[in-house]
Amino acid sequence: MLSPEEIQEIQTALAHCESNFAAGLDALKIVQRRRGWISDETLQEVARFLEMTPAELDSVATFYSLIFRRQVGRHVILLCDSVSCWVMGYESLFEALKKRLGIGFGQTSADGRFTLLPHPCLGACERAPVMMIDDELYGPIEEEMIEKILARYE
Amino acid sequence: MSKNRIQLMLCGGTGCHSTGSKKFEKALQQELEAKGLAEEIKIVETGCNGFCAVGPVMLVQPEGIFYQKLKVEDVPYLVEEHFLKGRPVKKFFFVEQKNKATIPHMNDIPFFSNQVYRAMRNKGVIDPEVIDEYIAREGYFGAAKALNEMTPEQVVEQIKISQLRGRGGAGFPTGMKWAFAAASPGEEKYVLCNADEGDPGAFMDRSILESDPHAVLEGMIIAARAINARQGYIYCRTEYQLAIRRLDIAIRQAKEYGLLGENILGSGFSFNIDIYQGAGAFVCGEETALMRSIEGKRGMPRPRPPFPAHKGLWDKPTILNNVETLANIPQIIIKGGAWYASIGTEKSKGTKVFALSGDVNNIGLVEVPMGLPIRKLIYDIGGGIPGGKKFKAVQLGGPSGGCIPEHKLDTPIDYEEITKVGAIMGSGGAIVMDENTCMVDMARFFMDFIQDESCGKCTPCREGTRRMLELLEKICHGEGQDGDIQSLEALAEVIGQSALCGLGQTAANPVLSTLRFFREEYETHIKEKVCPAKRCVALLKFEVNPEMCKKCGLCFKACPSEAIAWKKKEVAVIDKSKCVKCMSCFDKCKFDAIF
Repeated sequence: MLSPEEIQEIQTALAHCESNFAAGLDALKIVQRRRGWISDETLQEVARFLEMTPAELDSVATFYSLIFRRQVGRHVILLCDSVSCWVMGYESLFEALKKRLGIGFGQTSADGRFTLLPHPCLGACERAPVMMIDDELYGPIEEEMIEKILARYE
Repeated sequence: MSKNRIQLMLCGGTGCHSTGSKKFEKALQQELEAKGLAEEIKIVETGCNGFCAVGPVMLVQPEGIFYQKLKVEDVPYLVEEHFLKGRPVKKFFFVEQKNKATIPHMNDIPFFSNQVYRAMRNKGVIDPEVIDEYIAREGYFGAAKALNEMTPEQVVEQIKISQLRGRGGAGFPTGMKWAFAAASPGEEKYVLCNADEGDPGAFMDRSILESDPHAVLEGMIIAARAINARQGYIYCRTEYQLAIRRLDIAIRQAKEYGLLGENILGSGFSFNIDIYQGAGAFVCGEETALMRSIEGKRGMPRPRPPFPAHKGLWDKPTILNNVETLANIPQIIIKGGAWYASIGTEKSKGTKVFALSGDVNNIGLVEVPMGLPIRKLIYDIGGGIPGGKKFKAVQLGGPSGGCIPEHKLDTPIDYEEITKVGAIMGSGGAIVMDENTCMVDMARFFMDFIQDESCGKCTPCREGTRRMLELLEKICHGEGQDGDIQSLEALAEVIGQSALCGLGQTAANPVLSTLRFFREEYETHIKEKVCPAKRCVALLKFEVNPEMCKKCGLCFKACPSEAIAWKKKEVAVIDKSKCVKCMSCFDKCKFDAIF
């Protein structure tokens, strides 16, 4: 069931859209912000509310890389893998993160804390190499900073 | 604007935020209050100043003193010296790389003095969250003029005279685009702003939105007037949270001031703007994909024609302009198209914003007049290559663009001239690469990006780039064969001719352009199984050349797996059974002795 807060937020988004369809992505984001990811059940609830079929909404959900259709950790690390970051040492940062978290791209750490995802250009090349955890941007990152940054997240 | 004796324009762009500008601001405010200066000195958090390389930065107005690399612990000294005793503090001045001279005034620093600010004229000068500060700098004067003194035809005419071309990449004449949409029949029309900046190495639009959001809104109001639209959307990527927050504030303030909404400035004209956030899909920066995405569908491109000027969002006539293009519009209306066209080259007028990044000293955002040689962009403004290394190439235009090598650096910044040398103007990402960059590996990296981001709708882009990536990976792994280069070229040609949208058609450009200027590097990889830049791990031996080794021990200290044996005055030896091929020793060796 969508919570009253979720419904209210989705209705606000609907007021700015010219059709229920157009609010689909916004609605998914609103719900994902609270639940972490979009399960099949969640997808159906949102679709029902927007009077769309689950398949219609899922076609949108699966297109965008920041809508998570699989369970993710409590925090999502987006590691920028664009060329500016590559020039400034993305590869060794990736290795260090892999080693520290024991996971590769698309995986979640055993304690359920972090999911690691590649993200093409975070648009912060002046701070390359960068990564984003939830909504917070970090960079330029050196290997010895990783521990301190990760420690901020429970 | 204010009765304060001094205004401290502290950069609040993403770059400075992440180097601690917020903490600095808090400490500074506390110190000013403690010293009883808070009444006369005001801190203003501005948008991105552009000189991100030396952040956090702060401009002291009206003196024009520029401080860099500020830290919380510097606050008491700075306040005591400068704001109590009136002595600007030399140790926070900018220091020139070449002769170590300190430069106190912002306008004397080469990074700033070689630039011409038009699209970014308010950056670092106003508080982007206060509409009055924008208005004080002729803000919304252009909209007022367009709404009350000009006909839609006259607006389009001025944009045509300015010869402004789309700054998102393709460079289509903006005036023509507007004229088509204006002539399209229909009651409902739309003005869209493309803020889905996704090209690797590009962060111009983000900075403009963060530092001067009202300029973009004003540009959209003028565009709406020109084509008679009542609704506008800004499509912004969700990763740009600060930009979205500032846009939100700007839209709210503009509504309060009667600059958006019904009957704007009593002109009888009504227009509204909403923000639409993407969710991580590079292809949504393509115009038809962007419109699909706003409609709530999968953001896939569709073939053109029909062009958006006839059938765009919800099949209604639509114009889509990029952030930088729109930020230029208000000044063109105020000062006239001829003013804008007074600088630049024959076919490229005005200025262009570039985002310098990679192996360059002054990383940051710059705005330069068209016609400036690229060499000046990189050396005079960018300050050259760090660490005494040699320049190898600058990548312009992201995944649709190409690399410009040393011997083409005198190419002027001009749409046609840059295309001639195999790159594109693009949206303004300029990634500088030094001699340690392997061009084959870089092409592989771009192809990997395109593979990830291909929406999958058309076969040439979806499958063709996959085949190209496989070939490039083979070459980088030392398994390249005769004929691979020809296969790459053949695939590139087919993809270029048959892909559905602009992104697909240009997907092979990074390969084509590196083949054009660095073909021998591909050949060396394939025939000799050697990577000249020493970047492709599979082609490296991880051995020390005893003749070049200076016995300094830097590699020994850098090795994380104790694979290097070294004693004072002895040549280092790498034990391959322990080596994890992490490249730390390569990075540390100053004498090129490891191969």
